[in-house]
Formats: sequence, structure tokens, C-alpha cells
Amino acid sequence: MGWNRKVLRVNLSAGTCVPEPLNMAWANDYLGSRGLASKYLVEETDPKVDPLSPDNKMIMATGPLTGTMASTGGRYTVVTKGALTNAIACSNSGGYFGAEMKFAGWDMIIFEGKSPKPVYLYLENDQAELRDAGHLWGKTCWETEETIKASHQDPLIRVSSIGSAGENAVLFACIVNDLHRAAGRSGVGAVMGSKNLKAVAIRGTQGVSGIKDFPAFMAATTAAKKVLADNAVTGQGLPKYGTQVLMNVINEMGALPTRNHRDVQFEEAGKISAEAMHEKRPTDGKAHLVTNAACFGCTIACGRISKIDETHFSVKNSPKYWGANGGLEYEAAWALGAANGVGDLEALQYANLLCNEHGMDPISFGATVGAAMELYDLGILTKEQIGLDAQFGSAEALCKLVEMTAHGEGFGKELGQGSARMCAKYGRPELSMSVKSQEFPAYDSRGIQGIGLAYATSNRGACHLRGYTVASEVLGIPVKTDPLATDGKPELVKAFQDATGVFDSAGICVFTSFAWTLADVQPQLQAACEGDWSMDKLNEVGERIWNMERQYNLAAGMTARDDDLPPRLKTEPAKTGPAKGLVNGIDKMKPEYYKVRGWDAAGVPEKATLERLGL
Amino acid sequence: MQKSLHIDPAKCTGCLQCEMACSYEHTGMINPSKSRIKVFNFEHEGRKVPYTCTQCADAWCMNACPVEAIVIDAATGAKVVKEATCVGCKVCTIACPFGTVNYMADVGKVQKCDLCGGDPKCVSACPTAAITYVDADWTGLDRMRSWAAKANTAAVAA
Repeated sequence: MGWNRKVLRVNLSAGTCVPEPLNMAWANDYLGSRGLASKYLVEETDPKVDPLSPDNKMIMATGPLTGTMASTGGRYTVVTKGALTNAIACSNSGGYFGAEMKFAGWDMIIFEGKSPKPVYLYLENDQAELRDAGHLWGKTCWETEETIKASHQDPLIRVSSIGSAGENAVLFACIVNDLHRAAGRSGVGAVMGSKNLKAVAIRGTQGVSGIKDFPAFMAATTAAKKVLADNAVTGQGLPKYGTQVLMNVINEMGALPTRNHRDVQFEEAGKISAEAMHEKRPTDGKAHLVTNAACFGCTIACGRISKIDETHFSVKNSPKYWGANGGLEYEAAWALGAANGVGDLEALQYANLLCNEHGMDPISFGATVGAAMELYDLGILTKEQIGLDAQFGSAEALCKLVEMTAHGEGFGKELGQGSARMCAKYGRPELSMSVKSQEFPAYDSRGIQGIGLAYATSNRGACHLRGYTVASEVLGIPVKTDPLATDGKPELVKAFQDATGVFDSAGICVFTSFAWTLADVQPQLQAACEGDWSMDKLNEVGERIWNMERQYNLAAGMTARDDDLPPRLKTEPAKTGPAKGLVNGIDKMKPEYYKVRGWDAAGVPEKATLERLGL
Repeated sequence: MQKSLHIDPAKCTGCLQCEMACSYEHTGMINPSKSRIKVFNFEHEGRKVPYTCTQCADAWCMNACPVEAIVIDAATGAKVVKEATCVGCKVCTIACPFGTVNYMADVGKVQKCDLCGGDPKCVSACPTAAITYVDADWTGLDRMRSWAAKANTAAVAA
């Protein structure tokens, strides 16, 4: 068990909500959440589909450990064809929404078609209903959640919604739940908006009863929680400093992409670091950070809850931003900060708040601003075109551009297309720091070689969460490898990619893998789920998911050329730090990686590989 | 020795492990909607507060019950609902000043914290010790200690 064995199929064109049994043969091969929802997408849609057309589908899915006391067991995944990437997209989110879907009795919800008018799905256990969302359209994610709870007179409802960014097809729009958790990447929010689906509101009171062996499950989850508590990263570093603990570490390694990857170290990194968030501000004597916070079931609690400086220029006239709120996490702090050369922590938090409020991925937004600032610096974009001075380091520009992008005003519309389309439009496509049109996250692949290969080959475009080799190359988890070397990285990337597929598909957070290996996850899955969930099986499932996603992308028209890094990272050596003089060795690593994967020289899985994985 | 639940909201992260453990102990499934302890999230203050029955000595719920369905567990001091006796009249839910007795529509009875017979599962489930189970006569001990630590007296050898 573990699964509820129930799928809700919502046809937005017809306005129908129909339950159907979960395909358990597929569950046995793809586990749940990311893997299983991707299997449904692959089986039910044409990979060449326009992501924003009614023929694309969007699936919200939980895993067998979602809604259980397995630590971090609260995650859900949104699977669709990505608006930003034209590749398979799967973005997962924490908070409380995923567990609520499970408690309402569902494993996943498949949205198909397009509603003739804005609607939201209201799910109360077995009862599913599409309701008019005319009054919600145009509202922020925050207002939408508040309005739905108020109108149903039920504060226990959990809500996932899009803001104006998703409504207006900002290509990096995300889906926000519980105010500041998000299915963030690849433009899944734009797909939701294209379907006229404003929100999904769930109240579940049925609970999770289908654990195969409850006593064994309790023992396994308790043992695994102890591993997290005893580990220095998950037991101490992340609760105290959050993911932001990495800012100074990565900067010292010379792997903090700065000013659109022109530099690899940011002179103001300390000002936007985790340590800075703990320090008292000169203006009001308070620290930016208020407390840490957990998502559902999480015993790590890396989340940051902060209070912005009320006297900061961005919010001094906007009291609605003065309360405690989510942020900053490492990726957002980097993308809104170092990527643009902005070292004003309060400005970053303001931009971060607007990303949460209006539903935008702060990584892609921030990195796109970085690209725009470089175009401005080169004289390709002018003040008149942008509507303001957009020099690197300008906190004022960052704060104005986030407003313009969220509201679709002026040059904000062009930023909302992402850096790849924007840079192409102005004749400098090579200045987009992206793979498959998705912007890089916060690690420069000249200083951490393996992550470059992970970015280039990620099935959802540049992403650190598809194969977080940083764990090994920087932190020595599970084994230390040399960040400046390319040797052994193809094997390392494959191992991380396959294992991550299992973590994602189980319904748990990949941050557990700072302390857990698959061997810690396996007993929890084995106790929760019927069938064989041995280590061999899990490794096979992870590899199967990766190859399935790969085949989807190939069928969508992608080739080995799409598994590449921008020329800057291959030809412009790092200027400072331990990686000084180095470029990324992607051209050496990629052919080896294809071999390790059992793919041919063109990056197509060999017949023997597919047969071995039952694809 | 009788013990009490002791809740320190400052340590709560909002993970809801307590709600899962409580519901599993009492219903055999993981179902926070059936939990007798609830965590409240005061989002814009950055505060999360677990809240449940304080086991009043002279308990309003027990006094209000017309059928004597709420009784004292002699071992723990917990005020416990006898499900077989409860008629679901809800008078206790009105009488309780704290809202910690609630009606369960699906079974037609009320439910409240019973301290799990002396081994509260919310306590063992809490990863941050925000919920502890301590000597009922010394729930103030931690706070006394923290104030005592502030006493500005240097140690001097005799």
C-alpha cells in the first residue's frame, strides 16, 4: 500500500471530475510522485505538444511516503511539459498541501484541457468540484489562499495557486502553496494559467491508513529520523542557517556565479549570507531572521522565516510586507543577489517576497535580470528600453524589475520570457546562462565540474536538484570528490540522478540525502508499500525514470546539442579563486556520461539499455 | 509522580509530527484531522504554537458532562472520555474555556487528550523537544532555571 490507489481526473474543457483507480502496475515500476506522474504524462500526451495548449496535461502527484511520519514526507510534484523549457517538467514542493491531498484520499490529480473561464478545484475528501474563480483571477497567491479559506469558512483548507505571473504566461511562473512553498521551476505555473486553473484547494480528513506494516514503518521512520538528527548538516547546519549556509562556502570555492557568470566570486557574498541573516541590523537592531520552520513532517526544518527592514526603500510605504514571511533560501539569495551583483539583503528579500506573492521562480527571474544587466552593460539594452538604469549591483533596479515582471508591465514582459528568449531577441543568445532555456542555479560549473554535467544533462533544464553532485564535490557526501576534476564525474552524476529520482518519487525531500542514502529510504518504503522494494529495485526504478524522461525529451525534438553549457563556461576561464584559469570540461565528460548511461554517441538510449529497464 | 505536558512554542517548527503521532495512537491511521493536539501557525509573527488540553484539576468538561462520560485516569490525572458512555451532546465542548474538547461527527462522540495512558506520543514524536512530559509539580522548573541563570552572582570558593 502506501498509495491511496486513487487518481482524480479533471477535464477542464468539459468541467468534469472523475475518479479512477491508480495504475498499480505503473506504480510498481515508477513508485509514485515524479516517476509515476511522468509515466502518466508520457503515456497520455504527445511530447511535441505546445506546453501552453489545452492538449498539454498537468499532474499534481504525491508519493507513497507523502502524508506519513517519514521525515519530510509532505512533498508533492507537478509534472507537465514545461513552458520555459519545452522539456518534461517536474517541480516539487513542500509545505502542507501534498499531505492534504493524500489525506483527502488521492494519490494524484490529472488536469487536462482548458477551462472556458477561470476556475479553482475544491476537493473535500471524495467530493471534487470545479468552482468559479472569476473573483480570484488577478489576485496574488496570498490573497487567493486567504479568500478561499474565508469563503469556505475553513481555515484548515490547504491551497496551491498561481498569481499574476502564471495568469500572464510568465514562462518561469511557479505554483505556490502555503504562502511561500513552491513548485518552482520550468514554468509549471504558466501551464496552470494556460488552463484557466487558478487554484487547487483541498481539505482531507480521511488520513493515511494504507501503510503495509505499521509497526515496521514506525521503527524504520524513527531510525531514519535519528540519522538526520545526528548528522551535522541536517541536524545542525540546516536548522540553524538554512540552505543559506552555503553562500560563504561556495563563494570561497570560487563557484558563486556573479554578474551573469562573469565572475565566480562575489565581493559582497558575506552581506547576503546566512550569517548576515542572523546579525542585528543597524536600522532597527533586529536580525533579519525570525525563526526556522519545517514543512509537513520534516525533522530538519531548514526553512527561513524573516522580517524585512520596515525602513528599507522597497517596503517603507507597504506595511503588508512588514510581517514575518518566507525567505531567504540560498538559491533565491544567490539569484536575486550575486547573479546581479546586488548585495542588499533587504532588497533581495523584497524581490523574494514578490516572487512568492505573484508566483515566480526567483532563480530564473533573478538570473534573467542578471542577463538583462549584462545586455545593459554592453549597451545592447538602453535605459529607454528597460525604463530604468539597470547596472549590475543596482538594488533599486532589482526591486523595480520584480514589480514590472510580476505585473507584466513594460520591459517586465520581456523579462518574463526568461533569459534565453530575451537574449536571443537582442542577438546575444550566448549570454543566457541556461540549459534547455532554464537558468542555472547557484553553482558555477567552472569551480564545481560535476555539477556542469548535471546541469547539461538534466531532463528539466539546468537544475541542481536532478543530480546534486555538490554534496560530494563540496561537502564530501557520501564520498568526497575533487570539485576541479572531471574524472569520475560521469559515474557520479548518473548515481546522483538515479538516486534523486527515487527520493523525489517517494514523496520525501531530497535534502534528506545530505544524511540519508537510498539505504535509509529503502526500509521506510519497504514497510509502507506492498511488493519488493529492495535496493536493487530502487536503483532500477531511479534509472528507469531517468531514461523515460530522456526519451520524452528526445521525442519532443531535443538532441545531444541540448545537453550543453553556454560558451562562457567552456571558453572564459574563472578569473579568481581555486578554479582560476579553469573552464568546465563538459565536452570531455559528456561522451563518457552517455557511455555510462548506456546511450549512443548521440545521447539516445541503446536498445539494450531500454530492454534492461523495461522501457 | 504525576506528570504534565509542557509545551515550549519557541521550539516548535510546525512539522506536525505530534499531530500524526496523536492520530495514529488513537485511530490507527495517520490523520492530523483527528489529532487531539493542534499546531497553530501565526504566519506573520513567525510563531508556531502546539496547543492541547491542560488537564484542569477541577475540569469544566468533566463537571458539565450530564452522563459522567469524562472521568479521571487515576494514574495520570488525565480527564478521559469514556466513549461507550458519551452521548455526543457536546456540552463539554461548550464548557471548556480552551476549546480542547471537540466533537467528532463521524463517530458521534467527543474526543480530547488522554495523555496516552502516561506515554504521550506527541512527546516522543516531537523532534525539537517543544513538547515534553515533566513532573506536574514542576512545570515552571525550566523557566526558574533560566531566570536563576541570570542571577548576577560570581562563584566563590568557600
